[in-house]
Amino acid sequence: MDLQGFGHLLISGTWITIQLALSSLLVGLVIGLLGASAKLSKNRLARWLGTGYTTLVRGLPELLLVLTIYFGGSQLLMWIAGFFGYDEYIEIGPFVAGVAALSIAFGAYATEVFRMAMMEIPKGQWESGLACGMSPLRTFFRIILPQVWRLAIPGLGNLFQVLLKDTALVSVVGLNDIMRQSQVAISATKEPFTFFLVAALIYLLLTAATTGFTMFMERMANPAARGHNS
Amino acid sequence: MSWEWDVIWQYLPRLLEGAWLTLELVLVSGLIGIALAIPLALMRASSHLWVKAFPFIYIYFFRGTPLLVQIFLVYYGASQFEAVRESMLWPVLKQPYWCAIIAFSLNTAAYSAELFRSAIQAIPSGEIEAAEAMGMSKPVQIRRIIMPRAFGIALPAYGNEVILMLKGSALASTITLLDLTGMARTIIARTYTPLEMFLAAGMVYLAISALVIALFRFMEYRFNRYQYYHHTDTPTDLDPQLRDPHIDN
Repeated sequence: MDLQGFGHLLISGTWITIQLALSSLLVGLVIGLLGASAKLSKNRLARWLGTGYTTLVRGLPELLLVLTIYFGGSQLLMWIAGFFGYDEYIEIGPFVAGVAALSIAFGAYATEVFRMAMMEIPKGQWESGLACGMSPLRTFFRIILPQVWRLAIPGLGNLFQVLLKDTALVSVVGLNDIMRQSQVAISATKEPFTFFLVAALIYLLLTAATTGFTMFMERMANPAARGHNS
Repeated sequence: MSWEWDVIWQYLPRLLEGAWLTLELVLVSGLIGIALAIPLALMRASSHLWVKAFPFIYIYFFRGTPLLVQIFLVYYGASQFEAVRESMLWPVLKQPYWCAIIAFSLNTAAYSAELFRSAIQAIPSGEIEAAEAMGMSKPVQIRRIIMPRAFGIALPAYGNEVILMLKGSALASTITLLDLTGMARTIIARTYTPLEMFLAAGMVYLAISALVIALFRFMEYRFNRYQYYHHTDTPTDLDPQLRDPHIDN
């Protein structure tokens, strides 16, 4: 395949895509953990908020989220900032809008994955942690989270694949990712099929690498099984 | 922040027009997708390496790449080849509507084929053996036992796939189609009320997905009735002659 010197453009786009995916993953994981804790909390308001968040976001197209945050986000942020006496113009770039939209979408699905995993952990684990004199927060980070993590990795791996593919949507609001850079190359070369096919193959490579990495993480998170096999 | 409710009411009919196109896209490509997915799933469940290879590559490609790339490949990509532009297919392939249908159908076929395959493999092997023992040929088995059973097993997961398709159909707006998202974007370009219009569009999407979920719950209840069957105990004072030895012990 002849890329006519546009290879470096695609590589820079790939780098942007990877940065976008990883940033959204990080924020999304935090949202997911918070959401799962809210949904399992004793507080009724927290439960209600968590359920509202997941049902709402899982029913909305990701593209609509991206567009809403990119085109309406600054209006919303300036309105909120107005309460704190800040009246300057706030601009949201495509990257920030992309991270916000994708992590909100990822977080909603991750909430369900984490909630399922947390429900798998026997209550006795909590009780024994507390009985050893750990604070609830320390019990969570030392005892519960590592086990939740192990149970959640396969589900999160699938969600990350979805996230990786959804990054393509952010090109619609002008982020210079793989899709956008292929379009730039196409406008010069007039070869849409070639460049979109190359873009597709890059995404395929990224998702394949993700699968491999998920399997590695599964192994890392489960020392017991690792010791048993070797 | 200025919030204009009247703009929402004023343009709601236009939005619903867009919602109609969204529904049409999902329904048409969903039906084509199922038609493509069934042979793919049967091939994928086969034990011959060469029969398995094609659906494997097909499914891997369509599940591993973004839907946006697939739409652009069909809509913009097809025009690269002179042979396509001069063929009889061109009047179809130059319309964004049909390109969206083609891309969505191929995409959902890959996902549904995988669902159907796992459903086919989840059928208890005793049921296939029973069909075999009755002397059914392979095609009769597929028609009478495998397909209906796989359909019932795959139904809940297929409901999720339809929701994902509904959300994916928003991408039709990137190739100039005026679906629900496309319509909202057009209205916003005119009125500059992004938050109001996207909120309204979002509510319509939520309403549609609530409908889809309800529809699939109902279908699941109908098709998997045996799971919801509750056997009422036979009264102990029933005439022994009326007892059914298969049910009562």
